[in-house]
Amino acid sequence: MKKLINYTPSTATRLFLGLLPFALLLLVYMGASEARLAENPNDRLLPSLTQMGDAIERLAMEPSKRTGELTFWQDTQSSLIRLLSGVAIAALFGLVLGLLTGALPVLNAWLAPLLTVISLIPPLAVLPILFIAIGLGEASKITLITIGIAPFIARDIQRSTQQIPTEQLVKAQTLGASTLQILMRVLLPQIMPRLIDAVRLSLGAGWLFLIAAEAISSTDGLGYRIFLVRRYMSMDIILPYVMWITLLAFLFDYLLGLLNRRLHPWSEGTNA
Amino acid sequence: MSEPLIQATNVGKTYGQDVILERVNVDVHEGEFITLVGASGCGKSTFLKMILGTEQSSTGSLLLNGKPMPNEPGPDRGIVFQQYSVFPHMTVLDNVVAARGFQKASLTGLLFGRQKRQARDDAAAILEQVGLGHALKRYPHELSGGMKQRLAIAQAVICKPKILLLDEPFGALDPGIRADMHALILDLWKTHKLTIFMVTHDLKEGFYLGTRLWVFDKLRHDPQAPNAYGASITYDLPVSQEGRDTLDEITRQLGASRPTIPYKETA
Repeated sequence: MKKLINYTPSTATRLFLGLLPFALLLLVYMGASEARLAENPNDRLLPSLTQMGDAIERLAMEPSKRTGELTFWQDTQSSLIRLLSGVAIAALFGLVLGLLTGALPVLNAWLAPLLTVISLIPPLAVLPILFIAIGLGEASKITLITIGIAPFIARDIQRSTQQIPTEQLVKAQTLGASTLQILMRVLLPQIMPRLIDAVRLSLGAGWLFLIAAEAISSTDGLGYRIFLVRRYMSMDIILPYVMWITLLAFLFDYLLGLLNRRLHPWSEGTNA
Repeated sequence: MSEPLIQATNVGKTYGQDVILERVNVDVHEGEFITLVGASGCGKSTFLKMILGTEQSSTGSLLLNGKPMPNEPGPDRGIVFQQYSVFPHMTVLDNVVAARGFQKASLTGLLFGRQKRQARDDAAAILEQVGLGHALKRYPHELSGGMKQRLAIAQAVICKPKILLLDEPFGALDPGIRADMHALILDLWKTHKLTIFMVTHDLKEGFYLGTRLWVFDKLRHDPQAPNAYGASITYDLPVSQEGRDTLDEITRQLGASRPTIPYKETA
């Protein structure tokens, strides 16, 4: 018998082990839901899968009587636009700031302390300031996401830039490279895979800030809907929405990982 | 004799209280192949870095072509480090083409059109010469240690530096591959008329390769304060004329002044 630490499961076993908890969770839920509904058919706490399906079908297929829109898709679209704008701005900002402070000691001395302090401000504490300063519209929600994750991305990129071996910078200079050429040709391309990784890691926080902003001030969006129907204890809507958000988050993470491997085949063996 | 290419007068280096190098006085002429040997921490790499421009001398004067040594790396002094000196995100060919592009004064050093074709042809030619003609499209992480060093050398040589600095370039390679690399470096030294400085741990390598061998060691030693005195060049030998006896004598002396063996043969 091998030691446990040396036992590596086969692909089939791995798949089975990975899916098992999901199946168990589903079974436990269905059992509990059935038991509660048998006792009280009007129970709202643990709706059956059919009830959830019906609720989402209503929201996704039938135009809302009030706005004429397909609520589910409208919510998804609004949330995604906010999330992706916020993340894109944060990524761009974080990349530029992180790369420059990581590569140039002068800029590091000037901006790194400020960046460290800013990254320690809890973003949600700033939300009221954003509402006061730029209103309750889209801009404040996107800004919250940006403020929430840009410092993290910037610091991650700064650290990755500093970790690129000095030998490469010296080598580039002995080949005649200027500061700008080193930034553009040596550092930036090597930082891109790290940027994608940083965005993947910060998407979770991005969703958090999105839902928080939508819960407080919005007229549509996935987070808005969840908090709206909470008043009616509509678990048949909340649970599918949470699963939908989780699925979207998973897809983004998976696609970014795929993109990283496609774009940067060299990044498996770092620091040649 | 012509003007010396590099002239060191009383060069010394201190870090705070620690004296690394002191009283280094040497002249180097174009076309010399100098190997620098000595125990770890004896200052040979520090001296190489002074020529490279990443370190500056604390005392004395170090001249390049009669002018003070530049205080940053530049295209007239090529370098090959023991590791990390190729760009991992570029293919073998692009690594060398980029080296050519950096010579152009532009934002990104990217080459286009005829210039790019020319650079690609030149790069392919030099990669052929160093024995990487079959691996142009590979990335560095797909190369062996020896191949990476060949690439680093090709990059340095395509920029036609006057001086080529080698900082233990073959320290991590197998003995068989080292022999191939020695042949390559001697070939490039002759065809490109380079002046080479090579730091090595391997005394035999130092004797076999260069035209001149420098041994770095401490002239004075204070057991109460090991860092009070710095190392200097204790032997400056035209090695092509020296025999095996000198090698043995230096080995003995370096061994006697240290509790541990000052160099080890990598096998």
